[in-house]
Amino acid sequence: MNAITQLGSQFIHTISGLGKTAFMLLYVVIGLPTWRGLTLFSKQLYFIGVLSLPIVLVAALFIGMVLGLQIFNILSRFGATEALGQAVSLSLLRELGPVITGLLFAGRAGSAITAEIGLMKSTEQLSSLELMGVDPLKYVVAPRFWAGLVSMPFLALMFSAVGIWGGYLVGVKWLGLYDGAFWMNMQDAVSFSEDVINGAIKSICFAFVVILIAVYQGYECYPNSEGISRATTRTVVLGSLSILGLDFLLTAIMFGDF
Amino acid sequence: MQHHIDISAMTFRRGSRAIFDNVDIKITRGKITAIMGPSGTGKTTLLRLIAGQLRPESGSIHVDGDEINQLNRSDLYQLRKRMGVLFQSGALFTDMNVFHNVAFPLKTHTSLSEQTIRQLVLMKLECVGLRGAHNLMPNELSGGMQRRVALARTIALDPDLVMYDEPFAGQDPIAMDVLVKLIKELNQSLGLTSIVVSHDVHEAASIADEIYVLSQGKVLAHGTPSEVMNSTDPAVSQFMHGKFDGPVAFHFDRSDYATDLMSQP
Amino acid sequence: MPSNKLHFFAGLFVLAGLLALIFLALRVSGLSFSSEESVYEVKAKFTELGGLRERAKVSMGGVNIGSVSDISLNNRLADGSMGDFKAVVTFNINSRYDNIPIDSSAEILTAGILGEKYIGITPGSACAPGFDDEPLSESELSACTLKQGSTMEYTQSAMVLEKLISQFLVNMTESGED
Repeated sequence: MNAITQLGSQFIHTISGLGKTAFMLLYVVIGLPTWRGLTLFSKQLYFIGVLSLPIVLVAALFIGMVLGLQIFNILSRFGATEALGQAVSLSLLRELGPVITGLLFAGRAGSAITAEIGLMKSTEQLSSLELMGVDPLKYVVAPRFWAGLVSMPFLALMFSAVGIWGGYLVGVKWLGLYDGAFWMNMQDAVSFSEDVINGAIKSICFAFVVILIAVYQGYECYPNSEGISRATTRTVVLGSLSILGLDFLLTAIMFGDF
Repeated sequence: MQHHIDISAMTFRRGSRAIFDNVDIKITRGKITAIMGPSGTGKTTLLRLIAGQLRPESGSIHVDGDEINQLNRSDLYQLRKRMGVLFQSGALFTDMNVFHNVAFPLKTHTSLSEQTIRQLVLMKLECVGLRGAHNLMPNELSGGMQRRVALARTIALDPDLVMYDEPFAGQDPIAMDVLVKLIKELNQSLGLTSIVVSHDVHEAASIADEIYVLSQGKVLAHGTPSEVMNSTDPAVSQFMHGKFDGPVAFHFDRSDYATDLMSQP
Repeated sequence: MPSNKLHFFAGLFVLAGLLALIFLALRVSGLSFSSEESVYEVKAKFTELGGLRERAKVSMGGVNIGSVSDISLNNRLADGSMGDFKAVVTFNINSRYDNIPIDSSAEILTAGILGEKYIGITPGSACAPGFDDEPLSESELSACTLKQGSTMEYTQSAMVLEKLISQFLVNMTESGED
């Protein structure tokens, strides 16, 4: 009996959470950018985008190099090492670029956003904004939301570019693959509209979900240190899981044959 | 004359506990009204109700003649520009320095020139005696100074109603004295309506024109400071004169002591 | 941090992102703006496609001259009668190659053993000069080359491994009976 009650209350909690998120989204989206909003936006673009660059680029380089090495080893068994370029670039553009950038983004920027908004809530900064007649959804949440949505596809594109360069370093500069074959095979296999653009669309979808979770968790957290730490953890866990789940869905829609 | 704030038959609950049970509070325009009561009587909640951050279960709250719960979001925000709330913690924006904190409401709500804003900000900071600190970040200030900066920010837009949430809590005697004087002066020079929520009886009584004593969701007493101080109601006099035990129990609701001690965990 | 510096870095970030996009477009996916050149459409019928897909290459002498734009089945004719149930492949050929003889044959080939299917075109001889060795006139030239909407008559379908093997086995048993 108790379990059923709990299940029910959990269900109601989840649904009302979804509803709150939807309202929040509505207010954020209609919190359209003004000139003043632009300053806030570019400040957040700096914190969310620019400061995520080091971790994203370093990860990209290593992942590209590892991919180059591993795939080269497998391809060399079939004598098809020329296909290295296409294997590295397709796996980066379609999957690894958006997904790993998304995971790093959830860990680096998502948790920071949740913690920041949560702290603003616990120190009554959000309340005091409200009482000053400034809507915190417009002032605090909207710039972070838009900055996240804009910076993520750029981060993912840079990730793929640097990763491919890492694969090139390993394949061509180190393992001695012919330079022309590497790029030509890649260009034959990669389609701009299908692979590059779809990858970018994926990353925008991931950014949307992660940043929405991050601002919601921050805004609705219980305003003390335990509440903030829980909300931050939830942002990373929920954000990462939804990226992976969503990735399957998007891949099925974009690349599945049906 | 119409009251600045008119709360009538207002009930507000948290869960099943009634924080306010059918209370009536009238705040006179241009006066300092102190809201007092033991901790946990929902004094801060009252401020949030007046500012429209919380909604009462029943009853009405009129601010300047407007029923606050029937305003839509944008009208509510318009109304809030005319009120200031000084939080207990100050709630300064930690990512801005003192100057920008005070300039924030001006920049957001007015289209004044940079120069005018600068003059206004420095004037407000001069009021609270912190003009010299305008380049510091909030975390470089003491708690008392943060509260004074927050006060400067609260009055930046020249509101006609200022609510102080526990302005004296945790202040040393000098800072407390400074704040008492500031509140008094602001009230007189700007003609503000001030609401001071406090449990520091003497400081509050020294500046207030009117006092409301709240306890357990009810208004226990109201009147001028001397009327309330000399009240014969035992609960009021217990609070006002700081006696340990009386009608207001020292203990939280509890079961029998002996049984509790002997019972198995 | 002063806000113009923030703007600067934010702008730099966006710029770097765009550079990455350009790199991916030009160097990785080999997108060239000349691919927007004009093309003309040609159809060909095959009995078996064997895994030919849209966007597959069309090549002639190893040179990429176009790509497959549409694949459909000819199950019903325009007048509603039964079709011949052949696969109709529509492909675009770059207008630069506007003098491909009309009797050229299209063949479905495989790149390498396991590679992708593509269409290979072998030139025909419809435009060969006559006995008099006179160069062809404008009108003769336009009559003997593929144009927008032409259908290639000579096609060779894809080889399907299973069919080849079963054919081979049948031949084996037949020769065994001799």
